Amino acid sequence: MVDFLNALVLLGNFVLVPGLAYGSQLALGALGVTLIYGILRFSNLAHGETMAFGAMITILVTYVLQANGVSIHPLPTALLAIPIGILGAVLLCLAIDRLVYRYYRRQRSASSIYLIVSIGVMLITGGLIRFIVGPGDRKFTDGERFIIKARAFKEMTGLNEGLAIKTTQGVTVIAAFVVVALVFWFLNKTRTGKAMRAFSDNEDLALLSGINPDRVVMIAWIMTGALATIAGVLYGLDKSFKPFTYMQLLLPIFAAAIVGGVGNPIGAIVGGFVVAFSELIITFAYRKVFMYVLPENMEPSGMVQLLSTDYKFAVSFVILVIVLLVKPTGIFSGKSL
Amino acid sequence: MSYLVGQDMTGGYGGADILHSCNVSVEKGQIAVVVGPNGAGKSTAMKAMFGMLNLREGRVTLNGEDITGLKPQERVLKGMGFVPQNNNVFTSMTVEENLEMGAFIRRDDISQTMEQVFALFPILAEKRRQPAGELSGGQRQQVAVGRALMTKPDVLMLDEPTAGVSPIVMDELFDRIIEVAKTGIAVLMVEQNARQALEIADQGFVLVQGRNAYTDSGKALLANPEVRKAFLGG
Repeated sequence: MVDFLNALVLLGNFVLVPGLAYGSQLALGALGVTLIYGILRFSNLAHGETMAFGAMITILVTYVLQANGVSIHPLPTALLAIPIGILGAVLLCLAIDRLVYRYYRRQRSASSIYLIVSIGVMLITGGLIRFIVGPGDRKFTDGERFIIKARAFKEMTGLNEGLAIKTTQGVTVIAAFVVVALVFWFLNKTRTGKAMRAFSDNEDLALLSGINPDRVVMIAWIMTGALATIAGVLYGLDKSFKPFTYMQLLLPIFAAAIVGGVGNPIGAIVGGFVVAFSELIITFAYRKVFMYVLPENMEPSGMVQLLSTDYKFAVSFVILVIVLLVKPTGIFSGKSL
Repeated sequence: MSYLVGQDMTGGYGGADILHSCNVSVEKGQIAVVVGPNGAGKSTAMKAMFGMLNLREGRVTLNGEDITGLKPQERVLKGMGFVPQNNNVFTSMTVEENLEMGAFIRRDDISQTMEQVFALFPILAEKRRQPAGELSGGQRQQVAVGRALMTKPDVLMLDEPTAGVSPIVMDELFDRIIEVAKTGIAVLMVEQNARQALEIADQGFVLVQGRNAYTDSGKALLANPEVRKAFLGG
């Protein structure tokens, strides 16, 4: 029985807790992607860079706050800086929309053209970010490191295995929950939110109903900038901030959005967790778990790891391919790509 | 002068003209029906009156005011409601939300108008929390008409409201449309089911190749042997 509990704690520590945190980050990212797809009808490949840009501004403001001795110990200081990061990302999104996307909207361009344009936006934004903060790794996490330390957990329960929960993981899950709740409240209860859903559902009819498309597009960018910044900062707090990792995050984020059904906000959330847990479950080494649950002489000799963690992006790719082959509209039947 | 008039409308979607000096008009509290063979420009005439295509010649007036240059959205503000033939509901939104979106331009209390719509289409009240995409074809059309009525329009324009619904549902929809007209709204509709539509029409317009072929009261057109022979199957 104790062995079984040890195995469960082990899984909790290495799969469940990190999966919840990573899944929340992907969910927030996918929500932004899905929002733009729903309203502007294109896959915004620059979303990873929007996340990085918002996170970058947040980090710079965090440095200023730290230098001035501002702190909200035990929470990370970056949380205080997020609003300014959001402002920066929103301004960036609105400026890009004004300078770039609006032109293609007026031309009524095909969504594939938007997609290519967004690659250009991605490269330029990425360059801008590296120009400002450089390509290196940056740690900006401060405050208390753990909510529960592994050793404290062991002492508390008397188990061999410890369950550690980092503050950043706790903050990520709670922040994601609050943000998602706000987004859903906005989309389902407010007049403007309903107008956005209407516009996403049937653009022509929305226009006939007197819904102002420019306003809807503007609000979509504001929400996307905010969501991207929060996702980017949470990811950076949890791991570290490195501009290139955000470009790589694009794949799991798109996998998440598409798995859930692109254009569908609930799908984006579920998709985020599906991708996060698939990555962790497939790249986790189960050797120790089997050591606990199997009789002594049946212990596996290898690591019992399905895929090396180096291949975690392959998991997103495989999920993407399977979904597009089997159910192109995703679990929650979003729009077909 | 009728309430809504499309006068000498000439134009198309960019290429060749589809409408050739076409006249369509409707009076408040009356039903005007545009019928004709396939490709006669019926829907085009309707769209021209709603500002969805540019007229090369001719004009559209609403209550005497020239609205030829206005965009569709601006015409909605002037009191015109339009029910497109296809994709005329927000499928992912509930019936109630569909009606709310119909009233988007209104800033006042819409609950009373919504009750009126529910009184007109009782089935919608029952299904108010259901996504419109889950409803049957006939019920969807009711949502579509209800949505357009939410702005309290003076003119309601319907593009083939009975396309793809069963004859029983069609009769019921026509009954509702008569009720709508009785509240003083001008109803203009394009119909494939020419005979049934002309039966409820105060005014009928038979279009052929973008031109007015016959214009008369619904009854007179039904009685006209030429119209019967050419368009109503004898």
